[in-house]
Amino acid sequence: MSNFLLVIIIVLYLVLLFYIAFLAEKNATKKWLNSPYIYTLSLAVYTSAWTYYGSVGVAAKSGLDFLPIYLGPVIAFPLWVYIMRKIIRISKQHKVSSIADFISLRYGKSRFIGALTTIILLIGIIPYISLQLKAIDETFHIIASKSTNNPSFILNDTTFYVAFLLAVFAAFYGTQKIDASEKHKGIVVSTAVESVLKLFFFLIIGVYVTFHLFDGTTDIYNQMSQLPNFQKLITFNGFGNGFNWFYTILLSFFAIFLLPRQFQVSVIENNCEKDLKQAIWLFPLYLLLFNLFTIFIAWGGILTFGNTPNADYFTLLLPLKHGNTFLALLVFMGGFSAVVSMVILSTLALSTMVSNNLVIPYGFLNKFINEPSHKNTQYIKRIRRFSIFLIIIASYLFYVNFSIEVSLYSIGLVAFVIISQLAPAFFLGLFWNRGSSKGAIIGIIAGFSVTFYTLILPFIIESFTGSRGFINHGLFNISLLKPYALFGIDFLNPPVHAFFWSLSVNTFFYLVFSLAFVSDYRERNYAEMIVDNNNFSGMEGNAFVWKGEAYVADIMNVLAKFLGEENAQVELNSFLNKYELPQNTLIADARLIDFSEKLLSGSIGGASAKILIASVVKEERISLIEVLKILEESKETIARNKSLRDKSSELIHISKKLKEANNQLILQDKQKNEFLDTVAHELKTPVTGIRAAAELLIDEQDEMPTEIRSKFLNVILQDSDRLSRLINNILDFEKLLSGRQNLVFDSNDLKLTLEKVLGSIKQIAYSKKIKIVRKQFANLVFQYDEDRIIQVLTNLLSNAIKFCDSQAGIITIDYKQKAQMVEMMVENNGQPIAEEDFNYIFDKFYQSSNQNIRKPLGSGLGLAISKQIIENHKGQIWAEEGITNGARFFFQLPLKQTEN
Amino acid sequence: MNKKILIVDDEPNIVMTLEYSLKKMNFEVFIARDGSEALESLKQVIPDVILLDIMMPNVDGYQTIKQIKENKDFANIKIVFLSAKNREADIKKGFEYGADKYLVKPFSIKKVIAEIMELCEE
Repeated sequence: MSNFLLVIIIVLYLVLLFYIAFLAEKNATKKWLNSPYIYTLSLAVYTSAWTYYGSVGVAAKSGLDFLPIYLGPVIAFPLWVYIMRKIIRISKQHKVSSIADFISLRYGKSRFIGALTTIILLIGIIPYISLQLKAIDETFHIIASKSTNNPSFILNDTTFYVAFLLAVFAAFYGTQKIDASEKHKGIVVSTAVESVLKLFFFLIIGVYVTFHLFDGTTDIYNQMSQLPNFQKLITFNGFGNGFNWFYTILLSFFAIFLLPRQFQVSVIENNCEKDLKQAIWLFPLYLLLFNLFTIFIAWGGILTFGNTPNADYFTLLLPLKHGNTFLALLVFMGGFSAVVSMVILSTLALSTMVSNNLVIPYGFLNKFINEPSHKNTQYIKRIRRFSIFLIIIASYLFYVNFSIEVSLYSIGLVAFVIISQLAPAFFLGLFWNRGSSKGAIIGIIAGFSVTFYTLILPFIIESFTGSRGFINHGLFNISLLKPYALFGIDFLNPPVHAFFWSLSVNTFFYLVFSLAFVSDYRERNYAEMIVDNNNFSGMEGNAFVWKGEAYVADIMNVLAKFLGEENAQVELNSFLNKYELPQNTLIADARLIDFSEKLLSGSIGGASAKILIASVVKEERISLIEVLKILEESKETIARNKSLRDKSSELIHISKKLKEANNQLILQDKQKNEFLDTVAHELKTPVTGIRAAAELLIDEQDEMPTEIRSKFLNVILQDSDRLSRLINNILDFEKLLSGRQNLVFDSNDLKLTLEKVLGSIKQIAYSKKIKIVRKQFANLVFQYDEDRIIQVLTNLLSNAIKFCDSQAGIITIDYKQKAQMVEMMVENNGQPIAEEDFNYIFDKFYQSSNQNIRKPLGSGLGLAISKQIIENHKGQIWAEEGITNGARFFFQLPLKQTEN
Repeated sequence: MNKKILIVDDEPNIVMTLEYSLKKMNFEVFIARDGSEALESLKQVIPDVILLDIMMPNVDGYQTIKQIKENKDFANIKIVFLSAKNREADIKKGFEYGADKYLVKPFSIKKVIAEIMELCEE
């Protein structure tokens, strides 16, 4: 393919990216642009050119060794989500703008730690960026079919122009806002698009190689297994290699937190914590897909080309060899996408650190304090843009000057080892409040020194002198000091070896110095806030402990230098409103100081913000013990408030329940009284009749005509019967309550039982012109107490008659036979069960006040007795709710009576 | 002229004994089986005394006396509650509704007649 055409395609692609970023910035608030999918795809900036090309190279040379770099994130991703949630919360609270800012914040907004972290990251990432540029250069030449060699003159090198354009892109979309803790939608969305492209193109080439060039995975495997050395490629080489795997996995796990671009996309660009829920499965899936074909492309390459040093670029060479230039071009664009997103985000993140944690806190604070706000905004933006170009130029120069044959993979690993020096200060600092800045600084410097000796120095010596003497014999020929086999540990590969030693030394110093020296009170204050973030996040500004003399006007002056007079006033008002302070507050408190520092943090970094605010207030030193005491107290206050809140809501709940119970009792009491009244009434009524009749019979013994006399005697007889019936009912109910032993179980036919009931009730129904509809019944013989079931059916049917429609009453009787039981239904039209009655109809003592029949025969015991009978049969009885044109009662009886 | 008595009760046996005794004492007796029948019969005849049961279906004794008391035409009617409710609170409530007498069931017929005579002489 011609050089010229390729350049045009690259330029068009970059223009497209600019346009996507432009659209994204314009629609930054659109919902789908803020979706968790965009977030997860932007996380995939993790897969750089190293992944895209380098993995294939490693797979070709050493089999499965390419995997741990992806396994680390995949395995540890749930843990990542857990830790990330905390980091995101803290970062949003404190307006953190980069990982250097975050670590500096944890150690009391330490200026030195911010700067040190920035420098470590620059040392680690610049070669990493240059590696990406190298990938562009090499792949460009493969596609353009020109030999890979050093450009003799910068301006003839396409890579230079690409690097320059990327710097323009990052500078344009990365510095739109002065507050670096704000989102960069344009960059994030274009990254997400690139993540889709690179995965898509990589899958295409994977399918092409595996299924087009070869006959599927089995074919490749079979052909490979013919080759000598094959076993070595697919096995796990013992103890040493196990360590290599373990540490590489750990290394890559650290990397997904500590890589500046990773921190940028996962923390700074995060919209809401909820996005993590989507990422927890989607991101590992992405990585998994990315590695699906790696081994087959590598083997396909080996089978086609044999062992060549160019294994990194099998994805390009394979289609080119088979004349498929278009496919090679797609692969190239995929790799290009990987490079572009990685370079832009890394540069953006690094430039923020360089400006906010290195340049501004060490050189510009005095200048800022004397300049108006619009000038300062300009300065800050310029510093960032300048940093972006500087970083890219440095990377370019690194790539031009260190052009010895280093594989993508190894230089990537070196970068990982360097940045992992931040791991102890970062991870331990998140969970251990005693971790101090002294420990962090000494640990990082010591760890970096070890890395320098065991990894960087040999690399530099070898690349400049070409001699491996240092590597083979060690410093001063002391074999214990061999850089790749320190103290005789010779079974690890160089990056893992360096990682092992540097991390051990680093962690050791971090722990020892943190324990040996008590940290500064301010530092401990932040340590508590971050480690115990869950408790303190509820305290808003109150977790910041500060004592001294400060005036609102002085602080406002500083704020105005960056926000402008107007914005500063708006912010102050919102602060005063939030804490319900008067508008004319003169003396500033700890909360305002904390608030102001946070306001400035995004623009100039936490450490600078602290220094600037400190310059206009007079702080009293507080002892560490006092800080801890105050924190403990406020924590207790919070806990107390929370427990008070919990208690009071619990009390409300309990009192509500008490009220309900009380109402229930009142209702029961009322029901009981009503029942007693009813019973008394029912008992007294026949007694009244008997008494009156007897009185008359006695008083008028002789003069009373015989027919009158017999009438009164009849009254006595009737009322006596009625009296005993009622008494029997009450006793009956009591007896039923005592259990099922009072039932007489015999084989009976439910059909016959029903007919008996209907026989006795037909007459009443007929006299009231009520139609009884009965579905076809089959004989159904099972064990039950017939008299009792007759009682139940009689009760249900007389209730049905009682409440039936008085004009056109219809009573329906139906039954259903189920596997283990039979279900009977008695339904009447007319008056529905009143809502207020529904829950109580089966209670004893309850009588509906809505009966339309004169003198109910019952005593309020009918349904209660029925319920007891059915339950003693181990069945159920209930009324259907929500029927509006009548009532529908059901009962179920089990077909087999099991003994208890 | 014979005094008119209206018996309001849903228990036929009780009504029967009262009716028999009162007629023997030369009262003119009317019968209603609940409150609504009673109010209906008041449109035809205004009695001197009403014997009023309390626990009746539909319109009970309390509702009945309330409606009677609201009507000025019935101002002269004497009302006797005749009820099984014999708690002090029940009796007090009966008088609060404006009853002239409160007799408890089971009652002595002689006592009922004596109370009615007393009311008629007032």
